[in-house]
Amino acid sequence: MDRRPRLAVWKFASCDGCQLSLLDCEDELLAVADALEIASFPEASSAVAAGPYDLSLVEGSITTAHDAERIREVRRQSRHLVTIGACATAGGVQALRNFASIGELVAAVYPSPQYIETLATSTPIAAHVAVDFELRGCPINKTQLLEVIGAFLAGRKPAVAAYSVCIECKRRGTVCVMVQGVPCLGPLTHAGCGALCPAYRRGCYGCYGPMETPNVPALAQRWQALGAPAKRFEHALRSFNAAAQGFQRE
Amino acid sequence: MPTRTLRVDYLARVEGEGALELRIEDGRLVSTRLRIFEPPRLFEALLRGRACAEVPDIVARICGICPVAYQMSAVHAIERAFGHRVEGQLRSLRRLIYCGEWIGSHALHVAMLHAPDFLGYPDAIRMARDHGDILRNALALKKAGNELIRVLGGREIHPVNVRPGGFFRVPARAELAPIAQTLERARDLAVHLVRWVAGFPFPDFERDYEFVALRHPHEYPFNEGRLVSSAGLDIDIADFDREFEERQVPHSTALHAGIRSRGAYLVGPLARYALNFDRLPVSVKALAREAGLGPVCRNPFRSIIVRAIEIVYACEEALGLIAAYEPPEVAAVPLTPRAGIGFGCTEAPRGICWHRYEFDADGNVLTARIVPPTSQNQPSMEADLGAVASAALDQSDEVLRERCERSIRNHDPCISCSTHFLRLSVLRP
Repeated sequence: MDRRPRLAVWKFASCDGCQLSLLDCEDELLAVADALEIASFPEASSAVAAGPYDLSLVEGSITTAHDAERIREVRRQSRHLVTIGACATAGGVQALRNFASIGELVAAVYPSPQYIETLATSTPIAAHVAVDFELRGCPINKTQLLEVIGAFLAGRKPAVAAYSVCIECKRRGTVCVMVQGVPCLGPLTHAGCGALCPAYRRGCYGCYGPMETPNVPALAQRWQALGAPAKRFEHALRSFNAAAQGFQRE
Repeated sequence: MPTRTLRVDYLARVEGEGALELRIEDGRLVSTRLRIFEPPRLFEALLRGRACAEVPDIVARICGICPVAYQMSAVHAIERAFGHRVEGQLRSLRRLIYCGEWIGSHALHVAMLHAPDFLGYPDAIRMARDHGDILRNALALKKAGNELIRVLGGREIHPVNVRPGGFFRVPARAELAPIAQTLERARDLAVHLVRWVAGFPFPDFERDYEFVALRHPHEYPFNEGRLVSSAGLDIDIADFDREFEERQVPHSTALHAGIRSRGAYLVGPLARYALNFDRLPVSVKALAREAGLGPVCRNPFRSIIVRAIEIVYACEEALGLIAAYEPPEVAAVPLTPRAGIGFGCTEAPRGICWHRYEFDADGNVLTARIVPPTSQNQPSMEADLGAVASAALDQSDEVLRERCERSIRNHDPCISCSTHFLRLSVLRP
């Protein structure tokens, strides 16, 4: 009998990029498949085994009544539930609807809005069920994903730092783009990407969501001093993690 | 007579979620529906009011499998609206990053999602127990494509380096040199992949598709060209609305597209290949012939060979672009926003991805429209399903279900771009 821990991968409203990150672990995928039984991963396999599962990776946000029910069933079937990515952890880019009228948005896309069943908000998984760990990022970092899976297998807490992107810039020796006049969300943003944007000479745009202790008003002032209009700062916060508490302007 | 109901809870090995419905009465197939209920994410509405500079980052999130396609269509539309063209090495770098996406996306579909269908495995992991070297080589190929995107874009999913006018930062020649070595090996692996898939057993099945793809005067198309079809269509991408229509059907959250006068059409590798065979290098044409392909392939099951051929082409093209690369003086040409409408249409791995944006004088989005490849292929996928199912109505539910699933996977649908789970239900007395 197969005694390996059983893995399931689930999709809600999302772009599929975070679950693709698992298949993008080209060098490690076969080792992962040895250590775990991939019991349910419809994007990769047509052999879908029934629960319960030891570890569920959940991608995507809740935007329909049906999905709000489905996530409860996923929780019931899962010993550990880990959300992967900005949609599952903060509602994703589709949570921009939370700041607008859903009726108007649907009418802007579909000629017959009456056929479309969708909720007025996009909410993270933790708003519906208990979550054991939230892995951030739009998309997640595949090295961090392997760390989370490895930590689960070893029965320990994942080593995923909650400090800001600034620390990652310092560690890789990137000169701060803000001192060169480029507005950057790095000081507010959760580490994990490896401080990619500043290394490519642009400001961070916050796709990993808020760091542990974000100071929004202080950075707003800094952007203002750099000549960025207030609307630009607001747009920067209202992107892929718009509904995250730490990105609200109080 | 009792009703026979056959259901597959979801079609696996596709990106996203949707459903299939077959209705059979008196031994006759009366309707086939590809039901798509991926929760709508309303991108076109969310883009309103956003600055043009934000558009490439936002539209990338439509699809984690082909973000480069969305970024490329968007930046071309923005530049066209503002009356600019990006030429020279910046243009080459755009082709280069697109090569990476084709290699990565096609390798994923050919080896990990599609090949198991021909060999009778539920997935690539189990296929690897008997064909370990093949899967390891395919993963190396996929990794090479991803590496190309990573160097040019910062990361393979939702790259950060693409902007209207060019890039934030362009690579030095020395950064591309190690990738050239990787790509030379990748090209050899891709040639092996072509030969391997060419030996699969293919059903004798052809459909009379109207193929639609871009066509460029000199190149196999990525970012530019006129929209042409196998029925003689030849238009500027700005005239898309004159010839094509999108309509909403109750059973799908993805809008269906059709040619106004004729209906269903097909985009993607089969269409690109048929309409641009003469643009492939001699060596790639020879390999296609060796693999048993003529200049046109109408058997959707054989699209796996065409995808493998396109991987070889993308490796060759990338190597040529890297060999000729000189870093441009500026990473991006400056753009001056103006009020207007811009169109972009590029060849995503799954076919043309058409964008239209209307901007105000400051370059903010007033309206956006995006037509992804999979929503364009919906009517053709339904027609394939009808043809495949009609020929197999006397088969057991299990066989029928398997053939229907395969007929959808032939087109590598990216349902997340438009759609959710494919659930197959067959109703028959």
